[in-house]
Amino acid sequence: MDMKVDKKLSLKDRYRHQTRGLGWETTYQPMDKVFPYDKYEGIKIHDWDQWEDPFRLTMDAYWKYQAEKERKLYAVLDAFNQSHGHLNVTDARYINAIKIFFSAFPMLEYTAHRGFSMAGRQFRGVGTRVACQLQSLDEIRHAQTQIHTASNYNKYYNGMHAFTHQLERMWYMSVPKSFFDDAITGGPFEWMVAIGFSFEYVLTNLVFVPFMSGAAYNGDLGTMTFGFSAQSDEARHMTLGLECIKFMLEQDPDNLPIVQAWIDKWTWRGTRVLALVAAMMDYMLPKRVMSWKEAWEIYFEQNGGALFKDLERYGIKVPDCVAQATVEKEHISHQLWAAMYQWNFGTAFHTWIPSPEELDWLSAKYPNSFDKYYRPRWELWAQMEKEGKRHLNTGLAQLCQVCQYPMIFTEPDDPGKLCHREVDYKQEKYHFCSDHCQHIFEREPEKYVQAWLPMPQFYQGNCGGGGVEEFFKWVHLVPGQDNMDFEGSQDQQNFARWKGMATSNQ
Amino acid sequence: MSTVFIAFQATPDARPIVEAILADNPGSVAVENPGMVKVNAEGRLTIHRSSVEERIGRAFDLQELHLHLITISGHLDEDDDQFTLAWRN
Repeated sequence: MDMKVDKKLSLKDRYRHQTRGLGWETTYQPMDKVFPYDKYEGIKIHDWDQWEDPFRLTMDAYWKYQAEKERKLYAVLDAFNQSHGHLNVTDARYINAIKIFFSAFPMLEYTAHRGFSMAGRQFRGVGTRVACQLQSLDEIRHAQTQIHTASNYNKYYNGMHAFTHQLERMWYMSVPKSFFDDAITGGPFEWMVAIGFSFEYVLTNLVFVPFMSGAAYNGDLGTMTFGFSAQSDEARHMTLGLECIKFMLEQDPDNLPIVQAWIDKWTWRGTRVLALVAAMMDYMLPKRVMSWKEAWEIYFEQNGGALFKDLERYGIKVPDCVAQATVEKEHISHQLWAAMYQWNFGTAFHTWIPSPEELDWLSAKYPNSFDKYYRPRWELWAQMEKEGKRHLNTGLAQLCQVCQYPMIFTEPDDPGKLCHREVDYKQEKYHFCSDHCQHIFEREPEKYVQAWLPMPQFYQGNCGGGGVEEFFKWVHLVPGQDNMDFEGSQDQQNFARWKGMATSNQ
Repeated sequence: MSTVFIAFQATPDARPIVEAILADNPGSVAVENPGMVKVNAEGRLTIHRSSVEERIGRAFDLQELHLHLITISGHLDEDDDQFTLAWRN
């Protein structure tokens, strides 16, 4: 591999020429008409030249290294697919974790691609625009590599056949979709705080690092490789998010309260979205690298803690929601997997009750909560399954107006009681899963009253008709084949059969 | 003092980079997880181009790090000769 770049200029000089030399002050039209969107949010910028991208990546280097990453990734994917690598995963249950991943992430990456294209057009500072443009290209690369990785699994397993369609229609997909829709309908600076800072810097480590290491541990070479390949771009994105925060705070003291409110909002929005990943890590990986709680402590508490300590100099405070998130790290994965188990007649993946050995692992990892609150429920449900009385929750859940999760999370000071808040606004009642989602609503009620909530839409007949059968058809779901219990599923039977063919001459 | 870290894919190309970090940053610790290696250091961590070059026996561009990188933590300062992560607290 020859990666030598002919250097006539230093890294700093090359970057400066690209991001300063290529910009100009417009004269035919005033700058404010050319860039009409970078002032209305109230962020004051006095000198765009103060923007620095610490990676200082220039176009030539960007294309060179991204091309090299793609070559490496696709060589691995080809080999994985060619050798039926999917049969080497630890257990076919694992594939349900990546079904969730692949049904949400590629479309979210695509929204991120659109969002950074827009931000790149909207900012008048050249350095900022170049950084957004590179990130926009990264995001579409991630969408593509994820779809390519998923397509091999889609040939063999159920539930992944309609992901673009289901992002708009599947009830639980409204959780991540509403997160990105909320961000992309903000202004360019809010977008940077939402995605660049809160999601990329504070939270994506939790998705791509321990979860992808988990993919490696479970023999899923394809997912591990695209995951780490994507994460190599994320390191750059995190730097961009942090740079943007510092830039806003250094430009004008009036920016502080605006930035703080966005950090508060997006840290909570992001934390809520990640409950999905918490359940995947604690319940869906047959072999586990670490618990959700341990990952949270390393990547949120230690790393996020260092970050917030560093931002103190600008007057930034740790968001209030962190106290609740700290309590919830003991609970959310268990509460979410229980919700998936109860409502799995309407999902595009299978669920199961943890095995006795897995229950013991959860007890050991969650000594403060699992035996007291969650083990008894799993044991009861296991007993009910044995008696042929499998528990299903056929009622539709009340959804939170902001994060769009069903009301499945408990009071911060009482894990035995569901948390539910209500607000009256213009003669309508709105419901929330937490104080923090309620506060987000109260700050911008006119935005969130427009939320498209799947359950009320279902009752209004806007999800294919009004019945469950019509809903299945509308969402392209094959009930019983794409969902319900893993035990006895077509996926389970096929995996066992193919694995048998791969390891014997029968 | 807060911890900074950098994580790489566990590949032959990344190994000499990790070795250079461990040699040049006293107190830094490598933590291995499936498929990856994460190096933690108190407050500050520097990768020197010359140190990587000594180990691989050829010229090395620090931007080659992008091929193997998984994640970083801390403020980054990079030029042609060094790549430093640091917290300012």
